[in-house]
Amino acid sequence: MAYSDKVVDHFNNPRNMGSFKKDDEDVGTGMVGAPECGDVMKLQIKVQNDTIVDAKFKTFGCGSAIASSSLATEWLKGKTLEEAQKIKNTDIVQELNLPPVKIHCSVLAEDAIKAALADYQKKTETK
Amino acid sequence: MKFPIFLDNHSTTPMDPRVLEAMLPYFIEKFGNAASRNHAFGWEAEEAVDTARKQIARLIKADPKEIVFTSGATESDNLALKGVLEMYKEKGNHIITATTEHRAVLDTAKSLEAKGLATVTYLSVDKQGTVNPQDVRNAITDKTVLISVMLANNEIGTINPVQEIGKIAKEKGVLFHCDATQGIGKIPVDVQAMGIDLMSFSAHKLYGPKGIGALYVRKKNPRVRIAAQMDGGGHERGMRSGTLAVPLIVGFGKACELCEQEMPAESARLAKMRDRLQTGIMTALEETYLNGHPTNRLPGNLNISFAYVEGESLLMGMKEIALSSGSACTSATLEPSYVLRALGVGTELAHSSIRFGIGRFNTDEEIDYAIKKVIEIVTKLREMSPLYEMAKEGVDLKSVQWAAH
Repeated sequence: MAYSDKVVDHFNNPRNMGSFKKDDEDVGTGMVGAPECGDVMKLQIKVQNDTIVDAKFKTFGCGSAIASSSLATEWLKGKTLEEAQKIKNTDIVQELNLPPVKIHCSVLAEDAIKAALADYQKKTETK
Repeated sequence: MKFPIFLDNHSTTPMDPRVLEAMLPYFIEKFGNAASRNHAFGWEAEEAVDTARKQIARLIKADPKEIVFTSGATESDNLALKGVLEMYKEKGNHIITATTEHRAVLDTAKSLEAKGLATVTYLSVDKQGTVNPQDVRNAITDKTVLISVMLANNEIGTINPVQEIGKIAKEKGVLFHCDATQGIGKIPVDVQAMGIDLMSFSAHKLYGPKGIGALYVRKKNPRVRIAAQMDGGGHERGMRSGTLAVPLIVGFGKACELCEQEMPAESARLAKMRDRLQTGIMTALEETYLNGHPTNRLPGNLNISFAYVEGESLLMGMKEIALSSGSACTSATLEPSYVLRALGVGTELAHSSIRFGIGRFNTDEEIDYAIKKVIEIVTKLREMSPLYEMAKEGVDLKSVQWAAH
């Protein structure tokens, strides 16, 4: 299967690959997927005044899964928490030109964003 | 070095230039129909086919008359299973095969089952992918008409104890079909010693042309009969009608002749390169696992699982090397290899496997390049893998509650 140029670019030059300390108060962590399904995504956001100032990812999965999460971190940076909630998997599909069999990669990325936001929300509520 | 490097010799092989040379006269100059009995064009085509039949038969220790030409191993598997079941339906309808067989056997068996023409026993294999002959013996009933077990597996290269299975088949009076597509030309095959009654193979796996294969059908002790699945002019002793593809058959013959002459030296050379690749990768990288049998496997085969990285991304990171991933992640089902699953390899490791297939035209230089590249990409992807990070932190991945999707 041929990958789109954008997928190849994200795969070869992943943006924001890495980790924050997940116990830090300003960090929200989302981990989705399962090893036996062939993909696991970890997405983290660093938040100041309801704005995402930094984001990082680590992904186990195919090239499209890596590209989807790499793109997600790019899009998250600079967005408010409210804006981040509105990122849709279909936006990722469109941007990366994902074929039908790879749509689940974008769904996983959206789930990871939602999970990271929820994790941060939970931390601030329990403060 | 020429890129991309071809290390997928289980999928197909490049044709040997000597094979092409042998084929060339049979396209334009000597184009006759081997079934034309009335003129020189037909005679020379028939002669060429006879020569090829001898070359092929010699490689497997058969009689030339026992070779039935087909379009390839898939057709041969279909013809063997369907042809035997139809011919021997008075005797019974039970087939014994194994879970790690090629799809051409498994899907044919399933299709016969679905049509109500057969009942099938699918034997499981051990952790290294070997069929236990005792399991075959125990599965035989008075309705069993056919045992179908492959010689060597296409993913993990494991070689089955075919000779023992053949002996059991003889003893019980059951026919034995062997899909030997991956093994012929790579390891010695002797249909007499192995007790094989029907055997499928194809030319393009042994440096011959695509589109031609054969079914070996035993002529005596016992005389095997199969019902033709293609009606027509009654070619190939009535078992497979259709005008013979003379140039392809000539190439098939030449390819077999070369394999017969060069096999001892070639298999030693391939095994040495394979061992170099295996040692180079597995000593440099932690948590790599060999799939299949450590010694009893095809000389050019190497199948490794790399923990914490996914197979498709590994291949994507090594585009200058043509390889195959055990996980069929490009299919809509996203199912990992059924062969690895049958060995009891965990789903996550089955997703992380790569099959290397070394062939006649690979060089040491290419192997060294592959070693370097594999180490590089696995290291990079592990850095990127949340699973590797968790494992390094001491998290037991099995204890994590994953949200399966």
